[in-house]
Amino acid sequence: MTTLAARPTATAPVRQASRRGSRVRKTLYWIARHAIAVALALMFLGPLVFVALTALMSDNQALTGELWPDTWNWGNFADVFARSNLLTWTANTFMYAALGTAFMLLSSVPVAYAMARFRFRGRKLAFLAVITVMMLPPQVIAVPVYLIWARMGLTGTLWPLILPMLLGDAFSIFLLRQFLITIPREYTEAARVDGCSDFMTLLRVILPMARPAIAAVALFQFFYCWNDYYGPLLYAQTNEANWTLSIGLASFRALHSVQWNLTMAATLLVTAPVIIVFFFAQRVFIEGVTLTGVKG
Amino acid sequence: MSSTTYAAPPRRRRGEGLKALLWMSPWLIGFAVFFAYPLVATVYFSFYRYDLFTLQFIGLDNYRYFFHDDRAWISIQNTLWLVVFMVPAQLIFGLGVAQLLTRLKAGAGFFRTVFYLPSLVPVVAGTVAFVFLLNPTGPLNQALEFFGIAAPDWFGDKDWSKPGLTLLAMWGIGNTMMIFLAALLDVPKHLYEAAAIDGAGAWRQFRSITLPMISPVLMFSAVTGVIYALQYFSQAMIAARVASGVTDSAGSTFVPGYPELSTLTLPEWLFHSGFRDYSMGYACVLALVLFVASMIFTLILLRQFRVFTDDDGGNR
Repeated sequence: MTTLAARPTATAPVRQASRRGSRVRKTLYWIARHAIAVALALMFLGPLVFVALTALMSDNQALTGELWPDTWNWGNFADVFARSNLLTWTANTFMYAALGTAFMLLSSVPVAYAMARFRFRGRKLAFLAVITVMMLPPQVIAVPVYLIWARMGLTGTLWPLILPMLLGDAFSIFLLRQFLITIPREYTEAARVDGCSDFMTLLRVILPMARPAIAAVALFQFFYCWNDYYGPLLYAQTNEANWTLSIGLASFRALHSVQWNLTMAATLLVTAPVIIVFFFAQRVFIEGVTLTGVKG
Repeated sequence: MSSTTYAAPPRRRRGEGLKALLWMSPWLIGFAVFFAYPLVATVYFSFYRYDLFTLQFIGLDNYRYFFHDDRAWISIQNTLWLVVFMVPAQLIFGLGVAQLLTRLKAGAGFFRTVFYLPSLVPVVAGTVAFVFLLNPTGPLNQALEFFGIAAPDWFGDKDWSKPGLTLLAMWGIGNTMMIFLAALLDVPKHLYEAAAIDGAGAWRQFRSITLPMISPVLMFSAVTGVIYALQYFSQAMIAARVASGVTDSAGSTFVPGYPELSTLTLPEWLFHSGFRDYSMGYACVLALVLFVASMIFTLILLRQFRVFTDDDGGNR
């Protein structure tokens, strides 16, 4: 539409009048679109703003439904730390996320490389298996898997969530494979001709080229672990020493029944690190997300 | 690196099979231990009564019980509700927001970041926040009352708890929106220009150009959306816990689904049967129901998107 308007058109007065009309209409559309965008932005940000405002209210005011704090109770954040094991939860969550991500990278990158580059019978089948596992609701296999970990005496800890990462993660393999397959074969063939082993090719040729994809997969995995509720609920709920932030936060309201202000302060504290990381790694995220989709 | 112009060496068809097996061995072990074995074991346990201590063969009793278990049927209905209403709501909203983003000339990057941001908020945090925001005296209801709309008691009312969860899902639309945005930007501009010259209006352009061009992405998002809806667990569980104020721990009185089982999903009932009531055999029956449902959609996905499994990823 813009290109059409930019074209030189006939100078007849009628055309000019209609052009002026369409320019007015276009300006109105411009305003309308941006007004909708601003309204949507307020809707998307609104919940976070209300959480922040409530987090700063006094105990009593938080129950009133008022929107603006009478007094700014910055001490609420300190209260959250004092009244809950937030530091332990954070440490547990961090351990889960960091080890989970490290183990996942260690195991999944070579698998994805093999699936993207080696030629072998059943390579398609192997990839179909990855997609099937990726799409399987985790609850389907929960009972037998739980029993495996119970027999090993590891229920009540986070290890049943961390250790399997050493055996590859379907979603990460899928994503990495989709990226690696776009690297032209010429690069790996050239490395082979130069006498590189497969391992050296992966290390020297593939890894540097696949850095954006690896960064995206690592971030996704870290955030997945950080936000995971189902896994810790299944394995660590019974042992408070091993609670994660999500378990702690979900129990927070029941433990501190009427203190919405503290609950919201805790909510904000759990959310903040994720948002901060996002602002530093925005690009990685956005590229990674589009990789999960299918090309139109 | 000077050898790029070389003819590629003859490909060794043999030998790579063994190598691939070796490289993929961690994943193959993982597949066997955490997929194949558990699936078989789930079928096996479904014929037993098992509470972690005694294992007793009871034939088809678990299956018979399933057909008389009201909560199982309620949970299936709730999960279907999510498939029928929540998934389309997400798709339509995500597409609308993405379409809007393509048309913004000022601040497109800023708006994109803002719209994406909520999808990063941890599930628990987002859900706790929404239960608070949607409480009877909360900001949303105050706004609704300001406009003279009778506001519901969202997470305290069995008819409004699922719509409340749908609002939460729409708030976290970021990933879907990004995928749609990438697809919309991939549509060749000249198609729209040609249509505009032919006098096609905005709606006509959307129907005749945009929709057909992005339909693979739309289908992909729809199918994965359904599969994720079948797994819907955490948000429903947390909303019920926070709204009812009862903690869930082994042996506690908490029953998921508050209020009046309206948020009880199939995975939740499975989890509760297996790990709170310790009816693990029965939980396996529910697991098989969930497995069949998700497999149907996984197969649709695999059939529709051969591109996925193309050797070159559909890129050449």
